[in-house]
Amino acid sequence: MQSSSDLLRGTQASIREVDAPEAAERRKAGATLLDVREQVEWDAGHIPGAVFIPRGVLEEQIEASIPDRDTPIVVYCRSGARSAYATKTLEQMGYRDVVNMAGGILAWDQHGLPIEAPANLTPAQQQRYSRHLLIPEVGSTGQVKLLESKVLLIGAGGLGAPAALYLAAAGVGTIGIVDFDVVEASNLQRQVIHSTERLGEKKVDSARTTIQALNPDVKVVTYDEALGPDNVERLIAGYDVILDGTDTFETRYLLNDAAVAAGIPVAHASVFRFEGQLTTFVPYEGPCYRCLYPTPPPPELAPGCSVAGVLGVVPGIMGMLQANEVLKVLLGIGDPLVGRLLLFDALDGSFSELRLARDPKCPICSDEARARRERGERVTAAVVGADQPFALGAFGAGGAAAGSAGGVR
Amino acid sequence: MSTVRLPAVLRAQADGQKAIDVAGGTIREVVAGVVERHPALASQLLGPDGDLHRFVNVYLNGQDVRYLAGLETPVGPTDEIRLLPAIAGG
Ligand SMILES: [Zn+2]
Repeated sequence: MQSSSDLLRGTQASIREVDAPEAAERRKAGATLLDVREQVEWDAGHIPGAVFIPRGVLEEQIEASIPDRDTPIVVYCRSGARSAYATKTLEQMGYRDVVNMAGGILAWDQHGLPIEAPANLTPAQQQRYSRHLLIPEVGSTGQVKLLESKVLLIGAGGLGAPAALYLAAAGVGTIGIVDFDVVEASNLQRQVIHSTERLGEKKVDSARTTIQALNPDVKVVTYDEALGPDNVERLIAGYDVILDGTDTFETRYLLNDAAVAAGIPVAHASVFRFEGQLTTFVPYEGPCYRCLYPTPPPPELAPGCSVAGVLGVVPGIMGMLQANEVLKVLLGIGDPLVGRLLLFDALDGSFSELRLARDPKCPICSDEARARRERGERVTAAVVGADQPFALGAFGAGGAAAGSAGGVR
Repeated sequence: MSTVRLPAVLRAQADGQKAIDVAGGTIREVVAGVVERHPALASQLLGPDGDLHRFVNVYLNGQDVRYLAGLETPVGPTDEIRLLPAIAGG
């Protein structure tokens, strides 16, 4: 029979161990650091960039996190014991380049090596966001990131309403809402953030009431105004991501041009009856709205929801997918729909994907437009060209070529 | 015959059809075939010069033909073509 110290010594003797400075060298050379402690220990501070898998679920989760068995791995825990057993386990599972960091994060800390302690979540937040915290790709680091994020919704309508609910529930810390409408009976078939008793109330106030009831962590900033050429720059400044839930071409082009200039990604969707289109515009990484549609159709060929109608769930589904894009961009995970247009057909129950490209001649996001912007020039109507619809005039310098933009319903 | 998919916004001018099979060796010929079959689509798809409107995108097997050979892009018999005008509803 072996005592626990016999077992540990035997295990340590059968694996490779490195000290903290050597672990730091390996980390610099690209090795993956694997933290096998418990959640509360991880939350109290961990090595930046480390992968976190508690030892109790190591066998279960390691292949999903580190599929390549040739990946160089440095395992650590608090003092080096649990990680010794974890190292042994990984060797048994066929990982070929695994070492244990002797002395654990205590030794790491004593050598003055970097430790990252995420801003702490309160116990109430740990409960509220527990299903996020369980996902390695989000975790407490990601949740803190969401709580520190600022998302601007243009419109609290068919797309914005469902998106706002889920973004608020997810704990996006600041949600700005631009809308100048009041709640009407015809909105309630799909704009689920509003309610019957709030008919006639300003949409921004109604949305704020629902969000605050859902999640008091969220700061709601309301803008009871129509997005137009004179205020778009001011409205979007300081936001991390914008969700385009407008329903006119004017506002979509205005928002696009200003968002590219400000370098802010836009989660974009539009709907018609049973169908929706969705994409994510990340300035200069993929196309912008003008690359996708250089000009809008005349109004008679592109009726909005108030004329053509829409099945209520369609903006619900598309708004939810926009919220998904927003969360991916904020967390830096997955593949946002950059350069891809997702089509949804509710009647078929089908999704299709089309590939989009940056237009090298785009007046707003071409390399030339970007270079001018980076030289501090304003990309004005002169650059955009007289035939560009809804062009911002002397952009941000007062005055505008296009008239005031249409509404946000 | 290649298959041309029509979104809802174009369907009213195409007897409600979601997809039609049209012969043609290039995008230009296929679009002409679509308009011949459903003349009411002409104003929605084509400008006064007979070219496609700039707000109508054409995708050949998921690729925007603007970045292939435009209207002259060759079309094979099993190809899928989508005509997709911009929509703004939200
Ligand atoms: Zn562009």
